[in-house]
Amino acid sequence: MSSNTTTTTLPPDDISHRLWRLARDALRLLVMLATTFLGLLAITFFIGRVVPIDPVLAIVGERATQEQYEAARHALGLDRPLIVQFLIYVKDAATGNFGTSLLTAKPVLDDIGRVFPATLELATIATVLGVLLGVPAGVIAATRPGTLVDQIIRIVGLMGYSMPVFWLGLMGLLIFYGELGWVGGPGRLDTFQEMMFESEVPRHTGMILIDSALAGAWDIFRNALSHIVLPAGVLAYYSMAYISRMTRSFMMNELSQEYVTTARVKGLPEWRVVWVHALGNTLVPLVTVIALSYANLLEGSVLTETVFAWPGLGLYITNALMSADMAAVMGGTIIVGAAFILLNMASDILYRLIDPRARAAA
Amino acid sequence: MSRFLRSPLGRLSAWLTAPDPTSRLQARLGQAWLTWLRFSRNPLAMLGLGIILALVLMALFAPLLAPHDPLEQDLAQRLLPPFSPGHWLGTDEFGRDILSRIIHGARITLTIVALVAVTAPVFGLLIGTVSGYFGGWVDTVLMRLTDIFLAFPRLILALALVAALGPGIENAILAIALTAWPPYARVARAETLTVRSADYIAAIRLAGASHGRIILGHVTPMCLPSVIIRVTLDMAGVILTAAGLGFLGLGAQPPLPEWGLMISSGRKFLFDQWWVATMPGLAIFIVSLGFNLLGDGLRDVLDPRSASR
Repeated sequence: MSSNTTTTTLPPDDISHRLWRLARDALRLLVMLATTFLGLLAITFFIGRVVPIDPVLAIVGERATQEQYEAARHALGLDRPLIVQFLIYVKDAATGNFGTSLLTAKPVLDDIGRVFPATLELATIATVLGVLLGVPAGVIAATRPGTLVDQIIRIVGLMGYSMPVFWLGLMGLLIFYGELGWVGGPGRLDTFQEMMFESEVPRHTGMILIDSALAGAWDIFRNALSHIVLPAGVLAYYSMAYISRMTRSFMMNELSQEYVTTARVKGLPEWRVVWVHALGNTLVPLVTVIALSYANLLEGSVLTETVFAWPGLGLYITNALMSADMAAVMGGTIIVGAAFILLNMASDILYRLIDPRARAAA
Repeated sequence: MSRFLRSPLGRLSAWLTAPDPTSRLQARLGQAWLTWLRFSRNPLAMLGLGIILALVLMALFAPLLAPHDPLEQDLAQRLLPPFSPGHWLGTDEFGRDILSRIIHGARITLTIVALVAVTAPVFGLLIGTVSGYFGGWVDTVLMRLTDIFLAFPRLILALALVAALGPGIENAILAIALTAWPPYARVARAETLTVRSADYIAAIRLAGASHGRIILGHVTPMCLPSVIIRVTLDMAGVILTAAGLGFLGLGAQPPLPEWGLMISSGRKFLFDQWWVATMPGLAIFIVSLGFNLLGDGLRDVLDPRSASR
């Protein structure tokens, strides 16, 4: 209540005061973002440069002469103080220079730009599916706590928390591709469609579903859809488990509030009370949860992409790992970490923008 | 009824539930007994506890329970389907008995879980209680550090660490422990903040107790229930991460019967010999589910805030 009175006592034309507060918040956010990024870089720097026994030896080999060794050491900048090395590392990362991949002999950033759309496409479809299934499941469970339906939703969710994602992917392939033949197998397209896509469809986004739809190539679109539905479904199961659990707990909280009783006493139909009044008030925390689950899918994609031979960021990182391509591993790690941080931050900002209570408290 | 009350068990039960305990021990045991009674009324939680107990027993008595040597190869018997004579769950590509490998794999899983469970929460508790107790710049620095680690996706950080340290089960455990502590620090800090200004802390401080003694003896115990719940719920995640590292070839190395590694080697035969990859996955699933059910049940019993929900 006190927050309401403070907003109403503010003169409505006090724009400068609001602008000042906005600027201060933005500055604080920027400082926080910068320190978090610095921390991220410090960790990857530590892992990449300090932990390995001797990065120089790994490059020149055991038989190198002393001169060759020193030359390689100098070329890597390892003869300089650690703090100088770190500053150079930060400067490189800030300008997008993550070095050259041993595997592809291309700059790591170019590689990541090439593979990222595949991951984005997968994670986006999985999140959409997860929200479409998870939110209604959570609402239904919250309106019937303790019933059989609630228990089933809870157990289905717990099973999602307990299954290895790569195993579920393999089982999906075994059943829906190997036995039933309902979906496309590993990869983003069949070989023939892939050739058609490469030669005939102009690239706009790198996401096959969007590019082929824009070009009107519906054969390719259908084929791509049959390939993405299984990996997206597997990832969606995990995001559904998380979203339905959180939705249930938010809704339980809302349904015990007095305004819900008031709405019922007024004679509103029950579906309106639940799906409009109560659910409307959970949207704010739900946005945070959805952003978090989206970020988690980026991580879940590492194993899923390996299972489905999906040429995204996750597969890129694991392939680099297998061939000890540290520049690519670290570049991929930084990009995923940065996306993770930005999504967290974005959900925080959205939260403040949507919820007047959070705005007043800040 | 009266005969039960006079029996030793009946007297024990009466002693435990006595409304006026005469010693500190009796009061504590009585509390534990009541908690157990509440816990045991939850069938799903009991199922979880049963699964974990079965896992521990399986790991302890693996050599006695396993029908075959988990490493013994027999190429004449390779890729036998489930329910073959002598091989209930079939054999893998080297003719090794899958059931025996799963039973011995329980030892590896339990070792990973135990090592992570005794390191990460302790470190997290230390960071969290110190941060919450002292406040000020100590709090700012430590929580900033925690946030940075939390901002990292766990599996990716573990992957990068193992990539740098070299694959192997020891490094996998180290990487998982290093990525697992931040949530404990958060939980411990939140609990510390609620007790830090309590009267009893002020009383001990006035009595001349040192900071270290207050944190270890009077703040940490208050954080334990929340941390224990968190540990139990996290163990499922630890198992899944370890299996994921094994699957990618970064965790346990062949020929160790680690479950994730077993799935990875069964992947080559997925469409023709489905059981090689399926069986170890079921084992991971059942054990993770056990920890999740147990954690859920513990939360309902130990955390008064969630009980009302």
